[in-house]
Amino acid sequence: MKNAVGRDIPESLLTGGREVYQGKNYMDGRYIQKAAPYTRRCETPRESKLTESIAKALKDCGAKSGMTFSFHHHLRDGDYVVNMVMKSAIEELGLTDLTIAATSLGAAHDPVAGYIEQGRVIGIQTSGIRGRIGEVVSAGRLKTPAVIRSHGGRPRAIEGGEVHIDIAFIAAPTSDCMGNCRGIGGKSNCGSLGYAMTDAKYADHVVVITDCLVDFPNMPASVEAIDVDSVVVVGSIGDSRKIASAAARISQNPRDLMMAENVAKVIASTPYFKDGFSFQTGVGGPSLAANLFLEKYMDERNIKMGWAIGGICGPMVELLKKGKVGKVIDVQDFDLDGVNSINQTPGHFEMSASQYANPANKGAFVNKLDYVVLAALEIDTGFNVNVLTGSDGVLRGAPGGHPDTAAGSKCCIIVTPLIRGRMATVCEHVVTVTTPGDCVDVLVTDYGIAVNPTRPDLAACLDAAKIPHVTIEELKEKAYSLVGRPDDLEWEDQVVAVLEARDGTILDVVRKIKPYT
Amino acid sequence: MEILKPAVAGTLESSDAQVTVEPGSQGIELALTSSVMNQYGRQIKATVLETLKRLDVSNAKVTVIDKGALDCTLKARVECAVFRSCGASGGNIPWGGAVR
Repeated sequence: MKNAVGRDIPESLLTGGREVYQGKNYMDGRYIQKAAPYTRRCETPRESKLTESIAKALKDCGAKSGMTFSFHHHLRDGDYVVNMVMKSAIEELGLTDLTIAATSLGAAHDPVAGYIEQGRVIGIQTSGIRGRIGEVVSAGRLKTPAVIRSHGGRPRAIEGGEVHIDIAFIAAPTSDCMGNCRGIGGKSNCGSLGYAMTDAKYADHVVVITDCLVDFPNMPASVEAIDVDSVVVVGSIGDSRKIASAAARISQNPRDLMMAENVAKVIASTPYFKDGFSFQTGVGGPSLAANLFLEKYMDERNIKMGWAIGGICGPMVELLKKGKVGKVIDVQDFDLDGVNSINQTPGHFEMSASQYANPANKGAFVNKLDYVVLAALEIDTGFNVNVLTGSDGVLRGAPGGHPDTAAGSKCCIIVTPLIRGRMATVCEHVVTVTTPGDCVDVLVTDYGIAVNPTRPDLAACLDAAKIPHVTIEELKEKAYSLVGRPDDLEWEDQVVAVLEARDGTILDVVRKIKPYT
Repeated sequence: MEILKPAVAGTLESSDAQVTVEPGSQGIELALTSSVMNQYGRQIKATVLETLKRLDVSNAKVTVIDKGALDCTLKARVECAVFRSCGASGGNIPWGGAVR
């Protein structure tokens, strides 16, 4: 069945009331029955939940084949915990038919690809899917199609019982002996533990894995001991150098800076740019550099940013310290400046993934956003964005908070170069729709700006500010005139991944790619 | 032109292509790998063959390792590799003639 972004969704996936994507805010006002975990009473006072090994903790939690294990990705490319747990479950306990429900998976988790090929891991639910895992899933080696969700879609699915977590694993930079966890104070700090919070509340069992045991009570706790079954101390939970880069540097690339300046110009031309406005930006080159130019306009007009959310990095912390933004609410940290600031700098708070972006709760932060500045791998003439599949059709990206912030914000700006190497970023049809075009408002490229025809009000703002803009078709033709018109990718029938819209409808599917012949 | 000795042009940087030509006797034997094979493999092949034809090269082993080069880059790398293989890259390049 064709959905609202023109993607053909196989009928076989539309079971149990599952629908295809119908457009933004389609589920508004519906009621959901929240799921509740099945948890153990720990009534007898105990001195400690310390458990000698991951294997023992797994046994204590009744780990068995067929279960779903959850993980969070704050340790990013430095994470050791996913591999440690899966190795113990599969090689020590001999478990099989496992499903991994992670907030994101990356190159650090290449060993999981081996377990997929052996048939020990049969399900993957994630936002990010990259590296060897992306390759083996794209090659059709995973037994069930991977389910890809946004950062807001995941807590929605967990709370609504669509994902039932048997055991959640918390990679904790610090924990006390009862399982109160924080993302700071240890040797492998990651700052916010926002993505782990929903998992800990909705999982039947919770195992904390830490490399820095601290005195009880470890407060204020991001994950609370009341939800934790076991605490395991290991040598290291991750490679701290890969957890957060020293500092997310502002790009010096003149092309990035030109685009960033245009993003700031567009923002300054719209009516939401007034004292107390709210903002999120990605950490990609031009998105991050937009901060710099925006500050100039804020000074000129003598206005301040009310609050900022998202993945947080140094430049935003700087604005907070300078008093140019009132509050920063943080679901994940991208660099050490962010890590070292959360809960330390006044006004820098932590939030859960649900609080950040869940479309099914009653007050996610994204819904109050004025602006979001985001990157794209591809954007098509319907303003649909792809941030998941490469030009060769292989899974190598992550929707992350992209669809959530795009849908929630009043003005969603995509900033991307027109071409990357030989790839046309602005194209006729994106390989995979990860953010639907009805959520995207303005496109800024190095060859020009385009406004979504659904937003004549924004086009009028740009005209009033004498900011030139063209149609997105013109940008696409310009791109094709430089790189040539690409051949269509060829696919097998097999669906290897299902891409859920943030509301739980099906936005797109990824099929097995046919090799070039 | 006749390929007299092996010659290379281009790099493995992103947006470039490395073209190697070697003497051959069985027509054009093209080995192509590309980071954008699925979407541009056909066009890259056509561009390389067309450029060789324009230079009147009919026997050669040609290896192209493409890293997302535009057509103009591909043509330039093929031309340069062929001229180098004939020892003809030092001067008197037929700009606007066989090389355009």
